[in-house]
Amino acid sequence: MEFFQPATWSEALAMKAAHPEAMPIVGGTDVMVELNLDHRRPEAIIDLTRISELTQWGTDDGLLRIGAGVTYSQLINELGDRLPGLAIASRTVGSPQIRNRGTVGGNLGTASPAGDAHPPLLASDSQVELASTSGVRRLAVGEFFTGPKRNAMRKDELIAAFLVEPARGPQQFSKVGTRNAMVIAVCSFALAIDLERRRVGSGIGSAGPTPLRAIEAEEFIQGELDWENRARPSDATLRRFGELVAAAAKPIDDVRGTATYRRHALAVMARRCLEWAWAAA
Amino acid sequence: MGLGRGVKVSCTVNGHKQVADGVWEGESLLYVLRERFGLYGSKNACEQGECGSCSVYLDGTLVCACLVLGGQANGRSVVTIEGLEGAKVQQAYVEAGAVQCGFCTPGLVVATHDLLHRVPHPSEAQIREALAGNVCRCTGYAKIIDAVNLAAGRL
Amino acid sequence: MRPRLAPPTAIRGRVGDGVQRPDGLLKVRGEFPYSSDLQVEGMLWGATVRSPHPYARILSIDTAAARTMPGVRAVLTHEDVPGKNLYGLEFEDQPVLAHDFVRYWGEAVALVAADHPEQARRAAAKVHVEYQVLPPVVDPEQALSPGAPRLHPNGNLLRHVKIRHGEQAARADVVVKGEYEIGMQDQAPLGPESGLAVPDGEGGVDLYIATQWLHIDQQQLARVLGLPLEKVRLTMAGIGGAFGAREDLSMQAHACMLALKTGQPVKISYSRPESFVGHVHRHPGRLAYEHGADRDGTLVYVKARILLDGGAYASSSTAVIANATCFSAGPYRCPNATIDGLVVYTNNPPCGAMRGFGSVQNCYAHEAQMDKLAAALGMDPVELRIRNAMETGTEMITGQVIDGPVPVAELLRRVMSFSLPIGVEGRGEGTPLTSLPGGVSNTTHGEGVTRGVGYAAGFKNIGYSEGFDDHSTARVRLFVAGGKPRVEVHTAAAEVGQGMVMVQAQIAGSELGVNEIVVLNADTRIGSAGSSSASRQTYITGGAVKAAAEAVCKRVCEIAQSELYPANVLRIENDSVVGADGKPIVSLATLLGDEVIEETRTFHPRRTHHLDPETGQADAHMQFAFAAHRAVVDVDTELGLVKVVELATAQDVGMAINPLAVQGQLEGGAAQGLGLAVMEEILVKDGVIRNASFTDYLLPTILDMPPVRMDILELGDPNSPYGLKGVGEPPTISSGPAIVAAIRAATGRDITRVPVRPHDLTL
Repeated sequence: MEFFQPATWSEALAMKAAHPEAMPIVGGTDVMVELNLDHRRPEAIIDLTRISELTQWGTDDGLLRIGAGVTYSQLINELGDRLPGLAIASRTVGSPQIRNRGTVGGNLGTASPAGDAHPPLLASDSQVELASTSGVRRLAVGEFFTGPKRNAMRKDELIAAFLVEPARGPQQFSKVGTRNAMVIAVCSFALAIDLERRRVGSGIGSAGPTPLRAIEAEEFIQGELDWENRARPSDATLRRFGELVAAAAKPIDDVRGTATYRRHALAVMARRCLEWAWAAA
Repeated sequence: MGLGRGVKVSCTVNGHKQVADGVWEGESLLYVLRERFGLYGSKNACEQGECGSCSVYLDGTLVCACLVLGGQANGRSVVTIEGLEGAKVQQAYVEAGAVQCGFCTPGLVVATHDLLHRVPHPSEAQIREALAGNVCRCTGYAKIIDAVNLAAGRL
Repeated sequence: MRPRLAPPTAIRGRVGDGVQRPDGLLKVRGEFPYSSDLQVEGMLWGATVRSPHPYARILSIDTAAARTMPGVRAVLTHEDVPGKNLYGLEFEDQPVLAHDFVRYWGEAVALVAADHPEQARRAAAKVHVEYQVLPPVVDPEQALSPGAPRLHPNGNLLRHVKIRHGEQAARADVVVKGEYEIGMQDQAPLGPESGLAVPDGEGGVDLYIATQWLHIDQQQLARVLGLPLEKVRLTMAGIGGAFGAREDLSMQAHACMLALKTGQPVKISYSRPESFVGHVHRHPGRLAYEHGADRDGTLVYVKARILLDGGAYASSSTAVIANATCFSAGPYRCPNATIDGLVVYTNNPPCGAMRGFGSVQNCYAHEAQMDKLAAALGMDPVELRIRNAMETGTEMITGQVIDGPVPVAELLRRVMSFSLPIGVEGRGEGTPLTSLPGGVSNTTHGEGVTRGVGYAAGFKNIGYSEGFDDHSTARVRLFVAGGKPRVEVHTAAAEVGQGMVMVQAQIAGSELGVNEIVVLNADTRIGSAGSSSASRQTYITGGAVKAAAEAVCKRVCEIAQSELYPANVLRIENDSVVGADGKPIVSLATLLGDEVIEETRTFHPRRTHHLDPETGQADAHMQFAFAAHRAVVDVDTELGLVKVVELATAQDVGMAINPLAVQGQLEGGAAQGLGLAVMEEILVKDGVIRNASFTDYLLPTILDMPPVRMDILELGDPNSPYGLKGVGEPPTISSGPAIVAAIRAATGRDITRVPVRPHDLTL
């Protein structure tokens, strides 16, 4: 195993190009578990913690551009008002120790269907910025996930940042786990309401091979919501929204829960998230 | 040693410069602290960030040492339980009866120190949320909450 | 070459004081050396090659590639076991390293010692084992079927305990039946298995180890290593919890073998996933019950079949099933009983001791049955329990008449009399997410949340049962050092976190009236103390320390009298000999000078007897402990998520030697009960553990464990030292069943399986 510690982003990209099998590490909350428990022995590791721009965020043409090394704690403390859905999701990530180290960039790199950041990123149409020595490209987050723990990155690429619009309306996130803290999602749901464009975005976590959007549910509810007067949707509408979210999931039975329960829970969470969000609209 | 070339880890630990040579690239900061620097206070209970027993400060931030790669600590400043200015928290844990087997205790003391630094008089809900990443198997946590309150009263 | 161990600390205190732990300051400063912290010059690291199959025949083991790996100092297989390649707590049925068959997933097959743990791991991966994979027996019922493969020479039935008490064909007005299933719980002590073996250069070995019972380890190791006992010396190292997980050998023999082979010290320290296969677990069980009662609620009979999955090796299964059977009816009078308790071999992970030891599984069943019966009778469930509560003089279903205080009804009344916490509706808008089911995961803001309250009572034996010669030895020395009297206490009792060191000092302090007590580190230079298990150590080793201290005190008084100090009644107080009037006569420093007074005593509690093999009748148990719990839960009935709001408990501890430590046992024990009730389960599929990590084996966090309100009774047992009762296990027995009862009350669902999963409450 080799250990690289680039001081600059261009150096990092060059190293990744030269060592495409190298594993990038920032917060270590996924990578170190694999190393400590002997699940993985990468040929090389590239430590990206020396690259200061990765830990920074700013605006880029109306979008927030958030460096891949920004931690969950930073997201909660510095961006909670602009990205409330992601902040709620971040608060459910592990413990303070984990949130102080873990990053959305790492969550994307691992691309676990259970990654807590994914549903809010999907719900607000985020993009992932990938970089290599041959250039930079931006991918819609929905296209980024390609399978369980698989993503659309080329081997010579690193995640530079993600881009997301500041909230234009209420956002919610909800996650089921079998303990009251420190738990990997059995399933999760995110909702982002755009009051200006009258759009609703959704994201489903841990109930399919990749994080998913519930497109039909989004379309349904966009048509049903009383955008003028903001009246509470009927129980039947809320329930239907939940059903459509559940229908969009592709869950399996695994060690954390059953497929049937996941669908059931998604319907409940979707209904509740919508009700909470709309009440705040 | 057949594990690759090895790296040099050079950092400040509890205010002292520490250097280890020939560190296997996959070694965690936890392993480096324990087996290279002889600082066994940070505990190896799960090595996956789920129990908090290896909580340390890395450049002033509360982290699990098991989730930091040894090489990532280069040039950084680490404070472990052995170097913590935490006498009040430590005394409170003893007095409240919050220590049984004690394997979780160093991590809890560091996490409590971090909490009280940020929130000097935390509510019970704040205590519980802040310490949710520190698993204790012996006490059932009641006396840990007592200890935090006791320490908060003193700070 | 000795590793650094915790230095002995002087302790002050008397029986009944809330003395602070002598190791507390070291622990909060990170200076307390645990077994995984030990190191000496030239130390090697051991790694274990484990079976990837739950059941297979070993065709060959090729270590050639591993031997040539960098840093490797030894690679060992079954051929290198110097003595007998079998060990076990009850009988020797488990190989140190598998030779013909592997019988569970993760069984040890080979060992590597290397300079660095990564080198050891890499070499272990190069040990090539050729297996003929066999279909595993993974269902305990299947294990009993005629066609099942025989996993051990005597067949798959490990033990069948029968209780035939009273009328076997009894009939009753009201009958309730139920079937219950208990998942496999892990003790999950935070310190993984670890230890350091140091060869002495003369064929012997010193092992520094975190264990619950030094001498049983020593006996087993001597046979495995083919050495006389005196060549295998064990010293207690700092322990990161135990809860039953350290009763059996794990890495002890492996580290010793590697150390003897290489001539170098060897440390083995398991990772968390390895720990899950490195120790036994709480038996999963299937329990079928039938209760019959009169219309007024008086129990007429209990019938039960209890089937525990012992897994691949016996460990303490035969004792666990005896407990599960003896206490199957709960702490209630029941004149007629027909109980069959069976424990079987399978190819699942081996099961054995865990806090509560057989009385946890059956409590879920008998308490669910009591609630069911109350519902059938239209009675209040607590009233039904009180009506049938055991009392002094009650005959158990094993025919044993229970003596001493038996406050079952009182305990239930006390937990019922605690005021109830404020309900969901009373909490209003500002309710923090952390106090709702799901916590900060933001699953509810109150929607779907229903409150439930449940009760449970339980009991179990303290100490060893069934004729086992329970005993412990203590040596107490009194001498003058630096002008002050000092007492040294030496036993082999394992401090597992419960505070045994402190308790021994308090007892010696009380008996000898000396202020400075030092408890020496436990080791095998003194006689066995038995295990720190069965809630027995304060009783048995406490009894031994008391006896030895009394003997020392007697000698001091004799010396004082022989030197003509004019008092008939002498005792020691505050470092001086005092007369009947309590006034100091002479200081111990003056009286003793250079003299050292040392006494060693072995303490035996009253004897117990074997269960009759056909009827299960006998005075098989030494002491009984009782507790009751009330649980208040909030359940999100739509999502099936549970928040335990509060636990209340009442327990008779006889006499609290250290009240602070007693509270810690009641709170911590309840947390482990909560774990099994709502989240903790080792998931085994086709013999393979699917969640061997703290990511997926979930332990209660500080956000899961509610406050525990406690009513600690000290009713005094006439037979025990100071009237004390074992304390550690009862909190783990009835806490979980009370929680499940509360969940039933909240949801109206007939929950028959623990841990309760979200889908059990919603689908």
